[in-house]
Amino acid sequence: MPQLPDVPLHGLYGESIMDHFRSPRHRSALASSDIETEEFNPFCGDRVILQIKLDDAGRITQVSSRSEGCSIIQATASMMAEALLGKSLAQAAALDHAFRAMMRGESLEQESAPELGDLVAMQVVREYPVRIKCALLPWLALEVGMESHQLGQAERD
Amino acid sequence: MTTATSAFDVARIREDFPVLQQMVNGKPLVYLDNAATSQKPQSVIDTLVHYYTSDNSNVHRGVHTLSQRATEDYDAARSTARQFLNAASDQEIIFVKGTTDGINLVAHSYGRQHLGPGDEIIISTMEHHSNIIPWQVLCQEKGAHLRVIPINDAGELLIDEYERLLTPRTKLVSITHVSNVLGTINPIEQIVEMAHSRGVPVLVDGAQAAPHMAVDVQKLGCDFYVFSGHKVCGPTGIGVLYGKSDLLEAMPPYQLGSEMIKSVTFERTIYNDLPYKFEPGTPHIAGAIGLGAAISYISDIGMDRIFAYESELLRYGTERLSAIGGLTLIGTAAKKGSVLSFVMDGVHPHDIGTILDAEGIAIRTGHHCAQPLMDRFGVPATARASLAFYNTKEEIDVLVKGIDRVIEVFS
Repeated sequence: MPQLPDVPLHGLYGESIMDHFRSPRHRSALASSDIETEEFNPFCGDRVILQIKLDDAGRITQVSSRSEGCSIIQATASMMAEALLGKSLAQAAALDHAFRAMMRGESLEQESAPELGDLVAMQVVREYPVRIKCALLPWLALEVGMESHQLGQAERD
Repeated sequence: MTTATSAFDVARIREDFPVLQQMVNGKPLVYLDNAATSQKPQSVIDTLVHYYTSDNSNVHRGVHTLSQRATEDYDAARSTARQFLNAASDQEIIFVKGTTDGINLVAHSYGRQHLGPGDEIIISTMEHHSNIIPWQVLCQEKGAHLRVIPINDAGELLIDEYERLLTPRTKLVSITHVSNVLGTINPIEQIVEMAHSRGVPVLVDGAQAAPHMAVDVQKLGCDFYVFSGHKVCGPTGIGVLYGKSDLLEAMPPYQLGSEMIKSVTFERTIYNDLPYKFEPGTPHIAGAIGLGAAISYISDIGMDRIFAYESELLRYGTERLSAIGGLTLIGTAAKKGSVLSFVMDGVHPHDIGTILDAEGIAIRTGHHCAQPLMDRFGVPATARASLAFYNTKEEIDVLVKGIDRVIEVFS
């Protein structure tokens, strides 16, 4: 993997991002899901289809995160899918909150902040303000999906 | 090299553009986003500074000296624009905000007046959104229909299909002179002739033509011609709508206010003569005067020389980019302006744009406000290098090196 140290890319195309871009995780569609959303950015054609399967305890047991577009959205979608597995929706919301805070350059209180894992690599995108929206699209899909799931739950209750 | 290009002193011309003399990300700026907007020569910057420093005043109102100076310069800019397009008279030159504003003016004024249920407007697949949406909305409002001329894989209009689309229901043809994505130069004279033989007027979107070639509206025969100041080295927020005077005379005003009136009582208003009928309110005086300076600047270089030089740049750029494996040029018309749109296997245009920016190279990436055209070619977006007369072959070499870097990162 060429790192091009003479190019001032701040590691934008570094090992972790390019690994998730080249070998995206959890891209197979799920036959059935509890949450399903699609988000699209008409300005660049970036697209993400997110599916989540929950168990009876409300934990995420399966994720499908299919994205089209640039390296940033594809890597984020892959990393997000990996990070979501095994979490409750409340933990997923906390992860979303922590990721957005990182992208704004804010530091969260250590004890309450969930582990971002590979997602930490995405903070380089802050150096490229016009590309931040690429990194946020999968999270928008997650938020929209969780919101409509909660609305659906509320209606059933 | 042809005589026209060898005589072209690009090094000398580049000295006129202060913005080009800078480093971006530690590299000399290579500005290849001219289809989005052009850079400004010192003479245009000086004209704007001089206007606000010495002459700032309102036009066509005061009897004082400053107002007279501002009015003279404003009127002179209109004459300069008339000469640039070879219009028959100054009153056929309406100052507007830009191409989008000019098209909206015609849609609202001429379109509303002439369009009825079942009528049709013809556009093409390669139109910018600005030359789609005003007509689409007008058609929805009037119960009329939009008809679209298809293109071939090279990005050229299918003239036979156009012929078939022209019917007694056709009320207007609105077509781009040069495509902002493909670079295709459309055969406007032929398009106009075919429309006129059926009594149909033609609007030409000249946003991507006026900066690069000599435009003669009388030779083209078109009824309306629109272009933006900021793409011809002038300021933003100013542009020109040319219209044949008999058409403009018969059209109702688009926006209402002062300057566009002859007399006002609370019962009725008598509209002013052309061009003022279409210029309500205090106009963009500095912008118009700056546009005049810009037109003078490029006219002094010579539009035919600019076209010849850019054609040579395009030929060189096409040759170099075509040789890159995994790169596909979008838009390969036989008659083409200086636009190089491309896609690369396995690399999204945004990634191309970011990596090139790190090399100091400015290109545009995205759908270029032409989503139906992207759909036609089955791509979500392209990377686009668009050339101007102040670009050089050396800059194209830097672009090619930058693209090599993209391949290296994504290999």
